[in-house]
Amino acid sequence: MFRRLFGKQEEKTQDELLLEESLQKTRGGVLGRIGTIFQANEITDELWDELEETLIMADVGMETTAELVEKTRSRVERDGIKATADAYLILKREMVNLLKADEPLQIEQPRILTVVLVVGVNGSGKTTTIGKLAYRYKQRGKKVVLAAGDTFRAAAIEQLQVWGKRAGVDVIAQAPGSDPAAVLFDAMRASQESRKAEILIVDTAGRLQNKFNLMQELEKMRRVAARQVHAAPHETLLVLDASTGQNAILQAKGFQETAGVTGIVLTKLDGTAKGGAVLSIKKVLGVPVRFVGSGEKIGDLAEFDPVAFVEGLVGE
Amino acid sequence: MDAESARLCTELPDYFSILPNRSGRQFVFESLSDKLQAVFSQLASHGKLSEADVNAALREVRLALLEADVNFKVVKDFVGRIKERAIGVEVMDSLTPAQQVVKIVNDELINLLGKPAPLNLSGQPPTVIMLVGLQGAGKTTMAGKLALRLRKQGQRPLLVAADVYRPAAIQQLEILGKQIDIPVYSEGTDVSPATIARNAIRVAKEKAHTVVILDTAGRLQIDDAMMQELEQVRLVARPADILLVVDAMTGQEAVHVAEGFHARVPTTGLIMTKIDGDARGGAALSIREVTGVPIKFLGTSEKLDGLEPFQPDRMASRILGMGDILTLIERAQENITEEDAAAMEERLASGQFDFEDFLDQLRQLKRLGSITDLLKMIPGMNQMAKDVDPQEATKNLKMVEAIISSMTVHERQNPHVLNGSRRRRIATGSGTTVNDVNQLVKQFKDMQKMMKQMGVMGGNRKKKRGRKGGRREGAGMFGGGNLMDMFGGR
Ligand SMILES: Nc1nc2c(ncn2[C@@H]2O[C@H](COP(=O)(O)OP(=O)(O)OP(=O)(O)O)[C@@H](O)[C@H]2O)c(=O)[nH]1
Ligand SMILES: Nc1nc2c(ncn2[C@@H]2O[C@H](COP(=O)(O)OP(=O)(O)OP(=O)(O)O)[C@@H](O)[C@H]2O)c(=O)[nH]1
Ligand SMILES: [Mg+2]
Ligand SMILES: [Mg+2]
Repeated sequence: MFRRLFGKQEEKTQDELLLEESLQKTRGGVLGRIGTIFQANEITDELWDELEETLIMADVGMETTAELVEKTRSRVERDGIKATADAYLILKREMVNLLKADEPLQIEQPRILTVVLVVGVNGSGKTTTIGKLAYRYKQRGKKVVLAAGDTFRAAAIEQLQVWGKRAGVDVIAQAPGSDPAAVLFDAMRASQESRKAEILIVDTAGRLQNKFNLMQELEKMRRVAARQVHAAPHETLLVLDASTGQNAILQAKGFQETAGVTGIVLTKLDGTAKGGAVLSIKKVLGVPVRFVGSGEKIGDLAEFDPVAFVEGLVGE
Repeated sequence: MDAESARLCTELPDYFSILPNRSGRQFVFESLSDKLQAVFSQLASHGKLSEADVNAALREVRLALLEADVNFKVVKDFVGRIKERAIGVEVMDSLTPAQQVVKIVNDELINLLGKPAPLNLSGQPPTVIMLVGLQGAGKTTMAGKLALRLRKQGQRPLLVAADVYRPAAIQQLEILGKQIDIPVYSEGTDVSPATIARNAIRVAKEKAHTVVILDTAGRLQIDDAMMQELEQVRLVARPADILLVVDAMTGQEAVHVAEGFHARVPTTGLIMTKIDGDARGGAALSIREVTGVPIKFLGTSEKLDGLEPFQPDRMASRILGMGDILTLIERAQENITEEDAAAMEERLASGQFDFEDFLDQLRQLKRLGSITDLLKMIPGMNQMAKDVDPQEATKNLKMVEAIISSMTVHERQNPHVLNGSRRRRIATGSGTTVNDVNQLVKQFKDMQKMMKQMGVMGGNRKKKRGRKGGRREGAGMFGGGNLMDMFGGR
């Protein structure tokens, strides 16, 4: 069937084969859940309209939605595809391909000290995600240290300290109100000297991307990091709440420009929101999703799986 | 929106067209009104709005609303209603068809967003206010803000830490309480929120507190156990207000969140936070539609004075992506001394606006911050700010300054005397080309037109302020009146 569907490409890469395999694996389960859209017997205009509606309601955004629907549609028409299930597969493939990361995550590459900067708007889930990441890498045998770079929000330091305790890692902090760049500087030195850490994860205060001075503060933190360790920060993760609508794209742009975002952590996917905006972010900025958060417990973090994500997006 | 502001909204682009973008082209202010203008320029329409006119316009309206995160289904209904209202409407003399449609849409939006409502404080004290919402929406911060506001109104609030889950949630509220010197009631994390609420109300009665503000943990509306907990708190606390706190960035799911909370604990009002960002805030409309509860307040900064009563007209233009130009003007006024502003207003009112004023304006603008910052303050313009090359813009402004500085005072005050030879002299004097000078003079003329209109608008606003009594009240705006906030200082 795949030969028929994607007949134009005789040779398939290992990656594509893997993708098809995983798509097929989940197919049965999904088709049960798709309900209205792709269960119709025929491919009609309504089907495309409904598809568009589904994507928009998942916060995918108008432009990306239109493009996805158009691409799928022209493919279906060109190849004379009749079965809705096959059309669905084409769409999924399109979306999964869009979401796939081009580069591997940098966190576990061998180097003296890996610095991970965690940024995002207020309340998106940065501090919680850092607790989860610390736990994750500790489980994988890494020596992790956290830096309490949010010196602004009430009890932000205490909150990170609770997470540090839960994960069983050290937290380097200064008094509330101190300069975040100074905290980072200290934490990097301590990580290298006394603590012998391999990974330093840095919390930052929530900030809206349209606040110029606050974004400058991030830039300063980056400069401080780069001066101490070659190519630091090695990953800058933007934490994005899945319930965010079209502003997510502005967030990604704003933070990418000043903080050089290298990956997204999509949180709160345990809610009803789908987080479809990440499709546009990847399309426009090329920034991939790296992790997803799905709860408030320390283990509620998973590596991003494009297939499962796409299922969640169109599969209900 | 009155006819005058509707017209102004469609004219705003000129004001920003002096800024070059990276590709050197002039800016396009992609507001809804612009798009509508474009739609209507292709139709030769006057008199009544025809069905074709309206359909073409509504496509743009639909897009604008979806881009603002208004829920898909809500948009569908809204557009349907507008269509019924708009077809056959007589286009007012003072308006173009595009402006007429903007006006209808805007009026309907304001209508839907509803009137701002105060807190329900009429019952027997202590009045209980309960804050509910998703994780990270801004409940704890809002608890502090409401407490501060209520105390200013003569109440004696008690803050209650009923979030026993989030790490350091209690400390967070305690720190906020200390900042504003308002007591916080807490019992640690081993007691159920309902018990905490009951005890807190008892203590409030003993200590003659008049208002009790319950901060609850963030929760998902589909988390049955957690929603049950809220129901229990409600039964015990009998709140006069259950306020749903929603982040302005919320997307399509806002309807389900609001419905979910409303179904379990009947909410009495909505509070939208983080309005100081550049999200369009369409969720406000979605939630109004599905719950019918009034929007009571807006959260406009991380600081505890960042609270404002809801203003439907501002929200409407924000959702429509027409920018909050009034805010920009007000903020400018706040940063520019009263005397400067008064002097300028006088010049504008008298219909004079020359290169001297222009230079003055430029210098004042510089005091406000960089061009990119200024653009970022306008919802929907953030995108555009990204396209401005700050160095290019600064260079451009410098050039403008140089050109004007090379004019004689007479020329500045009487731009019409700028003939070819004068322009050549100015170009040489300022190290620019005649073409640069020509362009500036042309842009200046556009701006002059614009300024005249703003002068008229300034007059309107003054009246409004007077009616509401006091400048601060009238100056209520998205993002708070604080300049530090506006540029993101803390
Ligand atoms: N349901 C759910 N809640 C989450 C998830 N991640 C974080 N949260 C909750 O979201 C709220 C905000 O999380 P924080 O980690 O404090 O967010 P932050 O980005 O550090 O916030 P600021 O520092 O104030 O900007 C908390 O109540 C967290 O428990 C998630 O994946 N699922
Ligand atoms: N810029 C801005 N930030 C805000 C506003 N309101 C709250 N915040 C920030 O948003 C983040 C979350 O606020 P909280 O008050 O902790 O939110 P919450 O709803 O109590 O969070 P949980 O208890 O974890 O569910 C913090 O960083 C606040 O400083 C606002 O109006 N504007
Ligand atoms: Mg935090
Ligand atoms: Mg809270």
